[in-house]
Amino acid sequence: MSGATMRVPGAGGWTMGKANLEVFAETVEELARADPALLVVTSDSRGSGKLSSFATRMPERVIEVGIAEQNLVGVAAGLAAGGRNVIAVSPASFLATRSLEQIKHDVCYSDRPVTLVGISAGVSYGALGSTHHSLHDFAALRAIHNITVVAPADNWETREAIRAAASPPGPKGLRSPVYIRFGKQPVPDLPHTGPFAFGKGRIIRAGKDAAFIATGETVWRTLRAAEALSARGVSAAVVSMHTVKPLDETLLREVAGAVRAVVVVEEHSEHGGLGDACARVLMEAGVSPSFRVVALPDEYTVTGSQTEILDHYGISESGLAETMTGLLVGE
Amino acid sequence: MMQDELVGKSIAYRRDILTYIYESGGGHTGGSLSCVDIINVLYNSIMDITPQNWESLDRDFYIQSKGHSVEALYVVLADQGFLDRSELKTGNKFGTRLIGHPTRKVPGVEHNTGGLGHGLSVAAGLALAAKLDRRASRVFCLLGDGELAEGSNWEAAMTAAYYKLDNLTAIVDRNRLQITGHTADVNKLEPLADKWTAFGWAVHETDGNDVAALAGELRGVPFAAGKPSLLLANTVKGKGVSFIEGEAAWHHKVPTREQLAQAMRELEVQS
Ligand SMILES: [Mg+2]
Repeated sequence: MSGATMRVPGAGGWTMGKANLEVFAETVEELARADPALLVVTSDSRGSGKLSSFATRMPERVIEVGIAEQNLVGVAAGLAAGGRNVIAVSPASFLATRSLEQIKHDVCYSDRPVTLVGISAGVSYGALGSTHHSLHDFAALRAIHNITVVAPADNWETREAIRAAASPPGPKGLRSPVYIRFGKQPVPDLPHTGPFAFGKGRIIRAGKDAAFIATGETVWRTLRAAEALSARGVSAAVVSMHTVKPLDETLLREVAGAVRAVVVVEEHSEHGGLGDACARVLMEAGVSPSFRVVALPDEYTVTGSQTEILDHYGISESGLAETMTGLLVGE
Repeated sequence: MMQDELVGKSIAYRRDILTYIYESGGGHTGGSLSCVDIINVLYNSIMDITPQNWESLDRDFYIQSKGHSVEALYVVLADQGFLDRSELKTGNKFGTRLIGHPTRKVPGVEHNTGGLGHGLSVAAGLALAAKLDRRASRVFCLLGDGELAEGSNWEAAMTAAYYKLDNLTAIVDRNRLQITGHTADVNKLEPLADKWTAFGWAVHETDGNDVAALAGELRGVPFAAGKPSLLLANTVKGKGVSFIEGEAAWHHKVPTREQLAQAMRELEVQS
């Protein structure tokens, strides 16, 4: 994934973008310049969050609580109660579960609209190991009321998601807690049309035989798989299901109802994430294409870089194409 | 409010607490009786929080981290006009907003608490927002002593000192009991005052069931410029009722009809 440009035939061509993490930092600064109430709360995470330059340029906008994620979220909730627009930033692994009770009680149950940003999510930390991997955040947060759970696929979705979560509230002041997680490696810019909205998945490639439902940074891998399948005569759709909760059930039923096979892809444990959520919706609706979830299995995760880990578990162009082919052949 | 009136309020609140717990069939009797003098003094003599200024940020804030002593808060909020007293009859009933821990569904409740070790971080965030926005608001946070075993309190204590939050006052309801028994038999809290001092707080200690002493201390916050204030309020769990005082078993015991009558007679004598 190095090199400035990656062109892929068949999708109108797409190019390499930045890391979503960098886009996050740029967007935070853009929002902070427009909104004097915006504060970013960090737990010794400004460097990991690519926020060091922002902190240098706008030091008064960064609240530092030290390596104390429970306190991070509690203080963020208090600042929000005090009228501030608050973004709390910490590695997704720690944010989602070290401070899970603070997210549940102080943000969601107390209805304080903090934007919780989980950086270096999934297996982004690669060889740093399972302490640093967040393969449990969707599952943990999906079970909590009053939170939107988002994994943007590319730079555009990241920018739009941060803007949607942390722009000043409208005249009615209505907003709710949002959790956004992304990785730190550069990702390709994907085709995008139409507005971005939480809870509205995006069809980024149409297809009539099969459909991939993917979230976060698995989407571009999935798109490459769909392109590879196209060369073999299989027409596979790709949906970026950036909002894991609330799930775009309507789009899911529509897409799944029109194809013979559906593969759900996520950089998350196979338990409790997008795959389980999709399975439930489709079974309850009586929509029954051949169905697989490609996620990380319930085992000690293999060691290696993010790419090596994802490749190992079949979250790759060839792995996903193979899974889909197998499903279509096996029907 | 004058001292006599505060004393009278405390007795009335104790009656209401016991009645509430009896009628609702559940509650944290010992803790509510131990901390009610603190809540009384805060609402009647110290804090600028009223139903009229509630929607504004230009007022004081109260976070009850020991959310389980919710009956003490409900009866004070009813007395302050946040709630109609008749609503106290709905406590713990199906569909009520008066449940066993405070929620923002109840007028006058700032933050949902119940899980311990949460309130102080939120209070620090509120105090920091007030500082940043140059509001004169002060934030008061009531902590239990057993609650201090939660490590998140100490994370918050460091942040409050780092940001020099002298608009933040934490009050520890130091009744030396928790559900299992004596706090000293459960964990090593002492030397408690020294711990807070070492964490950068200005610490005072007082009789937490003496409304005059409490009012005197709380009028004096911040205890030191540039530091958050910690009032170690030595209290008696179950204060005011002889057979409840100092009994760990009364942590969340509900009085029988006879016990309620006996308690009311004892409180009558005190008034
Ligand atoms: Mg106690």
